[in-house]
Amino acid sequence: MKPPKFDYHAPKTVDEALALLTRYDGEAKILAGGQSLMPLLNFRLSRPAALVDLNRIPALAYIKEGDGSVKFGAMTRQRTIEFSAVVAKRLPLLTEATRWVGHLPIRTRGTIGGSIAHADPSAEYPAVLTALDGEVVARGPKGERVLKSRELFQTYLTTTLAADEILTEVRLPATPAGAGYAFEEFARRHGDFAIIGIAAVIVCDAGVARDGRRCSMARLATAGAGPVPVRLRAAEEILEREGLGDDAIARASAKAQELVQPDADIHASADYRRHLTGVLTGRAIKRALTKVARGER
Amino acid sequence: MAQASQWIGKPIKRVEDARLLTGRGTFIDDHPPVANAYHAAIVRSPHAHARILGYDTAAALAMPGVVGVITGEDVAKATKPFSVGVTAPVQYFCTATDKARFVGEPVAVVVARDRYTAEDAADHVVVRYEPLPAVVDPEKALEPDAPILHEAVGTNLAGHRRLVYGDPDRAFAEAEVVIRERFRFPKYGSTPIETYGVIARWDGLDGVLTIWSNFMGPFIMHPLVSRVLGVPENKLRFIVPPDIGGSFGIKSSIYPYLALIGLCAMKTGVPVKWIEDRREHLTASSSGTDRVAWREVAARKDGTILGMRFKWFDNVGGYIRSPEPGCSFRPTGNFVGPYRFKNLEVDASVVMTNKSLTGPNRGYACGHLYFETEGMMDRLAEKLGMDPAEVRRKNLILPAEFPYRTPTGGLYDSGDYPKTFGMALDMARYDELRREQKRARAAGKYFGIGLALAVDPSVSNMGYVATALDPQFRAKPEYLPKSGATESATVKVDPLGRVIAILGTTPQGQGHQTIVSQIIADELGLKPQDITVVDEMDTFTRVWSISSGTYSSRFGSVGTSAAALAARKLRAKLVEYAAHLMDVPGNDVEFKDGAVRMKTGKGPSYTVKDLAGRAHWNTESLPDGMEPGLQATAVFGFTVAKAVDAEDRVNSSNTYGFIAEVMAVEVDPDTGQIKIVRYVTVHDAGTIINPMIVKGQIYGGALHGLGGALYEEMQYDEDGQFLNGSFMDYLVPTASEAPTIEIAHLSSPSPLTTLGSKGLGESSSMTVPAVIANAVSDALTPLGVRITELPMTPDRLWRSIREAKEKKGS
Repeated sequence: MKPPKFDYHAPKTVDEALALLTRYDGEAKILAGGQSLMPLLNFRLSRPAALVDLNRIPALAYIKEGDGSVKFGAMTRQRTIEFSAVVAKRLPLLTEATRWVGHLPIRTRGTIGGSIAHADPSAEYPAVLTALDGEVVARGPKGERVLKSRELFQTYLTTTLAADEILTEVRLPATPAGAGYAFEEFARRHGDFAIIGIAAVIVCDAGVARDGRRCSMARLATAGAGPVPVRLRAAEEILEREGLGDDAIARASAKAQELVQPDADIHASADYRRHLTGVLTGRAIKRALTKVARGER
Repeated sequence: MAQASQWIGKPIKRVEDARLLTGRGTFIDDHPPVANAYHAAIVRSPHAHARILGYDTAAALAMPGVVGVITGEDVAKATKPFSVGVTAPVQYFCTATDKARFVGEPVAVVVARDRYTAEDAADHVVVRYEPLPAVVDPEKALEPDAPILHEAVGTNLAGHRRLVYGDPDRAFAEAEVVIRERFRFPKYGSTPIETYGVIARWDGLDGVLTIWSNFMGPFIMHPLVSRVLGVPENKLRFIVPPDIGGSFGIKSSIYPYLALIGLCAMKTGVPVKWIEDRREHLTASSSGTDRVAWREVAARKDGTILGMRFKWFDNVGGYIRSPEPGCSFRPTGNFVGPYRFKNLEVDASVVMTNKSLTGPNRGYACGHLYFETEGMMDRLAEKLGMDPAEVRRKNLILPAEFPYRTPTGGLYDSGDYPKTFGMALDMARYDELRREQKRARAAGKYFGIGLALAVDPSVSNMGYVATALDPQFRAKPEYLPKSGATESATVKVDPLGRVIAILGTTPQGQGHQTIVSQIIADELGLKPQDITVVDEMDTFTRVWSISSGTYSSRFGSVGTSAAALAARKLRAKLVEYAAHLMDVPGNDVEFKDGAVRMKTGKGPSYTVKDLAGRAHWNTESLPDGMEPGLQATAVFGFTVAKAVDAEDRVNSSNTYGFIAEVMAVEVDPDTGQIKIVRYVTVHDAGTIINPMIVKGQIYGGALHGLGGALYEEMQYDEDGQFLNGSFMDYLVPTASEAPTIEIAHLSSPSPLTTLGSKGLGESSSMTVPAVIANAVSDALTPLGVRITELPMTPDRLWRSIREAKEKKGS
């Protein structure tokens, strides 16, 4: 398990990195935390002519708060996010989801930009990006563009990022104070990729719906339930329409199950994944709700 | 004569840990004993079954840094096939020659100046294949239209034996209750942290081939490799570095690579190093067999078992590799487990399919055996409306019956099974668990309690392997019977009274240095720190036999005996010498509290240090006829290790411990997840030398068993493609998955070993599959779900639950 030969570059700035990508004309790979790329190289499943290592570009690692959102430099480590006070306050869902990312050594190297650009649909960060309706910034030779989750993810391990573009920033809208949130995940072992993961954010208002609290905003998204993370809009609408009583949650969970088209792999069949999507959606909503109850309202 | 134990039985810290925990161990890969070693990369078959039409090595050979490419054609010309444990004409060479028979089978080797170059060149070796249809299921492989792997054999059945003990037909005819069940046990391995590694150097002038590797024995493989390569045994040197990073049985199957890399060194004329990578290890090292088992139990209504029938299909993969078919016969002596029934029929088919090869894997076939037997015990209890604890108690061998001769030839040396079982039930508060279960069920929860009992065999008797052969074959005059289980140790005392103990036991992390230092400290009245234990196996310098090595939980039994005996030999010499110095008859002195003294307590005394100094510096002081030098070698061998008899009875191991376990689980019916609520394990391994090491073995064994029960399975598709060749897909339990384990011991010392100790290295790996399957079945009793197949993945379990619910609903 040794990689074939490749050139190695460690630029100090994004502009240098972009120049290198242009020079290799699609034959270079970007190295971020290396937690997925290095095994691919060692297995010889990926045979790039060159690696462009972003680890020596200090300008790509930051967490900034402002304008109702939090901005992350693409090279911000998952471990930094896990312990960031700003994230804990503004994006508690992300803090919770981060604990599901691999193991400590993986989070120590792994980055938010790398995880999203790698576009593994069973990873946690793409689900969070989708649930929170966040954006990523891509820089290329012609400048910057901003992409929503649905504009970014195409299919397994494939995004709309061009070969000469670098994902430089991730922007996530801050969760309103008092919102409930939960990241539920089922994996065969702690730290494995999700068989199914569900990211949930619930905002209640003061009113009461037919059989429970009224929901002014619900956000639900999946990990592991198909080739890209799925925003469960129709399930969210059930909650926003019918409230957060047990029956409404059960209907939303059943709807969630209908909204996904998961594939089978050696760990889980498509049927089981679909079923788990329902089960975990229900559990995520209920756990999110307990946090609302303890919150400001 | 035995001294009071100062050190045996104490949980002293392992002397190995300082170096291992600080990264200073000496493993095969970081101990380059040869200058200018070249590196091998192995080209492996991408096909499960394919005829090899030819090789094109020109492009690889033309690459800078490449010194040679060895193909199956070279192997067929230059080597012999390995001996196999059956009479079927299976030709097993160290690479594929005519056909590839499993994905990952070596077909060629590139030798180059570094591993990167070797792998680049391996990509350029062209092997032309004609793909053939594959078969992976052991039952399908025996169907008339199945593709045949070995044309010379003409069938995929490598071997078949029907063993009959007592009168099973009569037992079944007279039974009041008969139950029948089919089980499937998965193919899984051990995934030691360190993979295989081999370095070979050919010295053409002396005709000596030296092979360094992390081979763990049994050293019966040394004469096998010698024969394959045509290098005489006294010119073939195996050396094992001081540290091996785990094995659990798997590294006994490294031996084909010893031959292959040895051949590479001989062919290329350069030293060759090969370190197996993880993908190679998962794809093509070794594993236990997957098995389809049909089980039948005949019993009376009161729960007394009259007899059993086992029908097995063991899948050994593309070739039957020695010591297979140990997968079927290693537990021959303990086939009946801890139970008293006398009538047994075993119908064992050993089948070759297009999967990777098998061999010893912690618990060697006992995980399979007890998963089935203990599953049947629960089914019997259910059928009779008895408590599962009661039905077991009813059939246990009683303490007064020891030593107990089993109907299959086993000689259980010591034990108190009812008491050990009772301890486990008490510790788990079994009755309270049953009440908790009632409450949980009333609340709609799926809570279950499992039991499992096992006789834990240690120190294989090499003679069991011949159980695979027909008695008529074994009766031929030219047949040479096999038996034995020996180990040696040497103890030397230096002029300052300190001790060096020399072993050749190839430990893989078991702590032999610590254990031997405890034993010798007790025997010679020293401290463990005074004893340096050297354990670097070298077939040129160590005293060894074909059974040498560390496998089959043997060190705790046979290695400790050899060490203690060597120390005692030396002590006897010291006593004789001291009596001479004191000018008194030998009978008047004794060795006590670290010194030789008058039994009367009067007069001078001589410590080991005193005596050592005098004996080394002044040989004139030795009595007439005493050999100078303070060293002793002992070879310990079990006299109960006899060859298999004409009725297929064999004492397949030498010491037999006992395990009793209770586990409580809760199953989440929505996800299929199993939560272990309680896990109690009680062991009887005779005298325990270091309880801390024992605890580590039990934890490791239990986790290993949990792997097979819940996570691990080498998966193949119908075409024989291997599906989980990385740790992303082949899941092993980690610390996060480890349950809390409550451990206790009973000690029934073995009358057969010097210190009364027995092996315990495999321990709960053989009971956990049974105990957790029984617990989950018990939890799902309200749904009528019975576990017959492992691993219990969440998907599989959820599916069974859903089907049961649908059936109930309709």
